[in-house]
Amino acid sequence: MQAVPSVFRSPFRKGLAAGFPFIVIIVPFGALFGVLAAEIGLPIAQIMGFSVLVIAGASQFTAVQLMADGVPAVVVVLSALAVNLRMVMYSAAMVPHLGSAPLWQRAIVSYLLVDQTYAISAEVFEEEPAWSVADKVAFFAGVAVPVFPGWVGATWAGAVLGAQVPEGWQLDFAMPLAFLALVGPMLKTRAHVAAAFVSVVAALLFAWVPWNLGLIIAACLALLTGAEVERRS
Amino acid sequence: MSTAGVWGIIAALGVLTYLTRFVFIGIVGDRPLPPWLLRHLRYTGVAVLPGLVAPLVVWPEATGGTPDAARLLAAAVALGVGAWRRDVILAVVAGGLVMAGFSLL
Repeated sequence: MQAVPSVFRSPFRKGLAAGFPFIVIIVPFGALFGVLAAEIGLPIAQIMGFSVLVIAGASQFTAVQLMADGVPAVVVVLSALAVNLRMVMYSAAMVPHLGSAPLWQRAIVSYLLVDQTYAISAEVFEEEPAWSVADKVAFFAGVAVPVFPGWVGATWAGAVLGAQVPEGWQLDFAMPLAFLALVGPMLKTRAHVAAAFVSVVAALLFAWVPWNLGLIIAACLALLTGAEVERRS
Repeated sequence: MSTAGVWGIIAALGVLTYLTRFVFIGIVGDRPLPPWLLRHLRYTGVAVLPGLVAPLVVWPEATGGTPDAARLLAAAVALGVGAWRRDVILAVVAGGLVMAGFSLL
């Protein structure tokens, strides 16, 4: 801790410092969404509507893809929602840390609970058991300060500049890369590795299940695996 | 699809997604969760994210669903560097460099 500059010692500033580098991930990911949404002909207001009101990249891609395929609206919503059911688990995982914060703070945290803010916070909260609930909320807010505007701004830039992205950039890989990079540091124990392995295998085996529900099946099997390996070791 | 139809999708997905995030922190609040449930929730990240990306890596849309050496290697490098250095940003940069390297070839 001594190496950390004093300005970064408050939980909010620690959150800022932890969240800021994520611009590197969020910007290509958000830009990619803006580009794809503009390509299928959505007006800028609706593209921004997605990124501001839904703020869940993977589900936004799913929705835009299905809309382009002419799938009925109800199916678009349910299928994209299935991708977001993981947020229920993130929400539950935050209960021991943030559950006793004031309701208005929990309402805002819910709005900003995305993969990156969840992953950074969950890890740091485990490492800082002495932090009060207020400290944890402050840290979470710090993380969200660069991440949220980065997402919204990149969406806008992608939508406006879309056609100028060079072909060879393979921007499509921005999304898998953004998530894969989060996974590596999570592989802390045998139980974590086992859960991740089951998640991959099951997601591939159940990829045929409609409405992205294969992912939910895979996630449940992986949760059971992680918990069981932990119980036995 | 009509303009109103698209806004309907955005609004419905926005509200429902918010509820997925709010349901536990907002509604359950600080009521204690049973230990068995907490034991499962510790694996949320590793249970969800690998499965989310696995089909995208193995069957990328950009290649029409055919496995592609650049993406497979970039994915392995991002995962490996992340696990080894415990650094998300380094992992992204490493995976991105592999992708960039392949596109230069």
